[in-house]
Amino acid sequence: MKFSESWLREWVNPAISTEELAAQITMAGLEVDDIAPVAAEFSKVVIGEVVECGRHPDADKLQVTKINVGGDELIDIVCGAPNCRLGLKVAVAMVGAVLPGDFKIKKAKLRGQPSFGMLCSFSELGLSDESDGIMELPTDAPIGTDLRQYLSLEDVSIDVDLTANRADCLGIKGLAREVAVLNRMDLTPVTINKTASTIDDVLTINVSESAACPRYLGRVIKGINLNVASPLWMTEKLRRCGVRSIDPVVDITNYVLLELGHPMHAFDLANIDGAINVRFAQADETLTLLDGKEAKLSPATLLIADDTKALAIAGIFGGKDSGVTNDTQDIFLESAFFAPLAIAGKARSYGLHTDASHRYERGVDPEQQFDAMERATQLLLEIVGGQAGPIVETVSKENLPQQAKIELRRSRIERVLGIKIADTDVNAILSLLGVQLTENDQGWSCVAPLYRFDISIEADLIEELARVYGYNNIPNESPMATLSMTKHNESQLSIMKLRQVLVGRGFNEAITYSFVDPKAQKVLFPALDAKVLPHPISVDMSVMRVSLWTGLLQAVSHNQKRQQSRLRLFETGLRFYPDQTSEHGVRQEPMIAGVITGNISDEHWDIENRSVDFFDLKGDVEALLELTCDIDSFEFRQTQLSALHPGQSAEIFLNDQSVGFIGAIHPQHEKALGLNGRTIVFELTQSSILTRKLPQSAGLSKFPANRRDIALVVEEAVNADDVIRCIKQAGGSQLVTINLFDVYRGNGVDDGYKSLAIALTLQDKNRTLEEQEISQTVEQAIAAASDSFGAKLRD
Amino acid sequence: MIVSVRGSLMQHLQQIVEQAEAEVNQASDLNALDLVRVAFLGKKGQLTLQLKSLGKLSNEERPKAGQLINQAKQQVQKLLSVKGEHMRTAALNEKLAQESIDITLPGRRTNVGNIHPVNRTIERIESFFGELGFEVKAGPEIEDDYHNFDALNIPAHHPAREDHDTFFFDPKTVLRTQTSCVQIRTMETEQPPLRIISPGRVYRNDYDQTHTPMFHQVEGLMVDKNVSFTQLKGILHDFLNNFFEEDLEIRFRPSYFPFTEPSAEVDVKGKNGWLEVLGCGMVHPDVLRSAGIDPEIYTGFAFGMGVERLTMLRYGVDDLRSFFENDVRFLQQFK
Repeated sequence: MKFSESWLREWVNPAISTEELAAQITMAGLEVDDIAPVAAEFSKVVIGEVVECGRHPDADKLQVTKINVGGDELIDIVCGAPNCRLGLKVAVAMVGAVLPGDFKIKKAKLRGQPSFGMLCSFSELGLSDESDGIMELPTDAPIGTDLRQYLSLEDVSIDVDLTANRADCLGIKGLAREVAVLNRMDLTPVTINKTASTIDDVLTINVSESAACPRYLGRVIKGINLNVASPLWMTEKLRRCGVRSIDPVVDITNYVLLELGHPMHAFDLANIDGAINVRFAQADETLTLLDGKEAKLSPATLLIADDTKALAIAGIFGGKDSGVTNDTQDIFLESAFFAPLAIAGKARSYGLHTDASHRYERGVDPEQQFDAMERATQLLLEIVGGQAGPIVETVSKENLPQQAKIELRRSRIERVLGIKIADTDVNAILSLLGVQLTENDQGWSCVAPLYRFDISIEADLIEELARVYGYNNIPNESPMATLSMTKHNESQLSIMKLRQVLVGRGFNEAITYSFVDPKAQKVLFPALDAKVLPHPISVDMSVMRVSLWTGLLQAVSHNQKRQQSRLRLFETGLRFYPDQTSEHGVRQEPMIAGVITGNISDEHWDIENRSVDFFDLKGDVEALLELTCDIDSFEFRQTQLSALHPGQSAEIFLNDQSVGFIGAIHPQHEKALGLNGRTIVFELTQSSILTRKLPQSAGLSKFPANRRDIALVVEEAVNADDVIRCIKQAGGSQLVTINLFDVYRGNGVDDGYKSLAIALTLQDKNRTLEEQEISQTVEQAIAAASDSFGAKLRD
Repeated sequence: MIVSVRGSLMQHLQQIVEQAEAEVNQASDLNALDLVRVAFLGKKGQLTLQLKSLGKLSNEERPKAGQLINQAKQQVQKLLSVKGEHMRTAALNEKLAQESIDITLPGRRTNVGNIHPVNRTIERIESFFGELGFEVKAGPEIEDDYHNFDALNIPAHHPAREDHDTFFFDPKTVLRTQTSCVQIRTMETEQPPLRIISPGRVYRNDYDQTHTPMFHQVEGLMVDKNVSFTQLKGILHDFLNNFFEEDLEIRFRPSYFPFTEPSAEVDVKGKNGWLEVLGCGMVHPDVLRSAGIDPEIYTGFAFGMGVERLTMLRYGVDDLRSFFENDVRFLQQFK
């Protein structure tokens, strides 16, 4: 809500500066967003009257004028505005005036005619963005008076960001009420006179939905003259509140809206057939709105209709056909109370948001309909004339909001706020807020004012007390709690630990968006139908990620385009994996994923560099798996995942359950993903590595360990890990470690075969092993490998 | 006779010692020096032979002569050990000189990465509140509208829903707009006393200089028998002073959240005026009630802070969007 400070001060005028006022209401919960002067800087502009006005002898579009500014002499000014005419009161920038934009007015000659000043338009004075011709001031504007003074331009527009609960402040009256409370002052409300009817014309008002519309007031006004302009004082106030002048009727209803916070609507009486009917929309009913768009009305929409058609969406927007136009002579004026729940969400459902809907859905004062009607009538008769008929009221008292009766306990105030507020303060603050109080043993019986829709329970009153008392007058204290130790589970690893391991291994942590580019994701996971975001920010952020890879690879591409080629990134977070058996059709699963690309290290004077490969990242993953103290339960198996290089990828299993993948991005996807060079990725479910085994110490053998190296020749297709696992099983308890220390191909090994060099360490806990036992174990191991994989000892 | 024997022996020994000295001086390395030792002190060395010849002397002469020979032996040993020591030191020095390196060359460093600045802030917040017994809780990011709105006292068509710029999948399913849903999920399953914080991603359909469609919040909740607004103020005051490690000017400004009452926004005073850093309030009695907690027995406070905003203030980051571009030159600034 944007408002003019001087308008507010007509209602309540505390002796504080603009800044103090802004700070005061901000600290009361009405946050001031902006304070802006209502006019740009200018000086030496006074009110004058055009006393002579004639054609310029040498220029068709210019006029030569003499202006009376109240001095001894008339001033010659050449003016180009078509609306410049004899008798007009104008804004005169005198010689020496400085207009907005540091525009200095000097003596001049225009096509030979002297000009000692300039007649100004609204836009030249920074009072509007555009204007037709020069300003036309009221006929009673006092000649010679400084324009800034005359228009009270030393004013500011204050923009408050009102929270949804404070609809009562959506008007000068409500804001003034709040300022009065904060300064413990009285209000000077505007005088509203009842207009006696001079004609008998009425419309019948049938409210069939009295729960949605508990009160509806209507009044006929006939014989108005719409050929007059709205007065400058009114359009200026509207402008300072951010409202454009349209025509006098709209301006007046807008004025009442701003002044009292109450929406009104005017219909062209000539276009109403029969009675006014307040009802819900019927099936297939449509309405052409004031902005020319046709709305298909839903049955839950409350309408103002006549006997044949819909006229307006109640409390939201008027219809075009019944709208007031320049030719309108008779109007029907509406002032109604619509229940917030009947209006809430409706405007949005039509893509609308109006000043009226904004107020009705939050709640307008249910007691203000007569005031608003009388205020608008008074202004209409003053400005556009006409004859007013009687006000017709249709009311359903039982459906009007009832005043909330609330018991406020002293003990509860202290319990919630943590401080005692003196009874006298409670009385004073709540009374100022319009709450009626009766003191009792426990505290107070309170009746809330009807215009405060946000006060209905004890907590609401406590909030009001705290707010007006001042949050910053409430002390800070430390919370009190029982010191009971929380549960800790040693086998539960913290994700932090995993992240630290990767950071220690040179990874930077990334955070990428949870919604990604569907095209990139389809390249990686063509078979998965990701959950689609129906109204995304943009197409490339329109589906939920099924893997953290999509975002990480995009980050890789982003960096590569910025000359960063050596990259190690990881991320933790949810993936949204399609799964019809899960809630919302997706598994929201915490993952950890990483990507590496570029060289193994930065260029170094002594380290031989090379591109990273599968085994670099596998080493990183193994470092993570090692944290579980159970790395042997994990297994890497060859896999076919279309995202990955078929010969350099693996699925990772924990006890035969798939828990992740690792591999090089398939070279044929690199271009589509904007990747430059070999990129290796992994992804694991967090749940598979966040539980660790507790260590079980085994004691150390005092007897010597014996190492025997064997070289086994196997076919290329045989997986080294399978051979190791086989030997491990065959070796029994004396085989304490197995280490694959070389893989050899070439001379001495046939094509299609490889030689695996494996070190076996044998040791017994209780004795020194005999040579014979050692050889026997080694032979058993070799035999097992031979049986299972056709392994042969290398000669 | 005695005199002459002794005299000639002394003379003889002196000659041997002088000869030994000359040979020690000539020895060019430890091997040569050892040959000198053998020639004089070895089994057949000159001085050893002298000792062996003592037997030929009379009982009276023997001790004196032995003493003289031993003295000569000690002299030669001394010459040998001084020279040997000298040679070993020289050899070591030479070896060390050969092995010396330019210690200013860069080490064989493996780069260390970084925790993302947003998570760095979350970690700090977790540790501040963890010390006070606040447990970390997580929740789903695709949420139902009940937990994201209704249970937080924001029924359908409540104007506050419009402030959220919600990403809807369908009318009942949203990307959570706040971490406050985790409050509800926790209160549904656990009974007070409760102290939790819940960091995580939240989503709003808004993208410009100062908004990204995804950002992070940390939600905090404490429910117990005697929790009050003064304590909420106290704990957040302590938190902000700890977080910024500065005694900042802090103000609590009345605001409105449907799920807390009274509600406040908290501003800290920066170089360019007040900056909003978090929202908070006393948990609304209806919210407690709908989670099955009796508001007459328990009260609670809740707060929610914007992690990116706090991170930007703490480390001077000026563009919110840089958090999600993951430019390594940016990330590497947060060692």
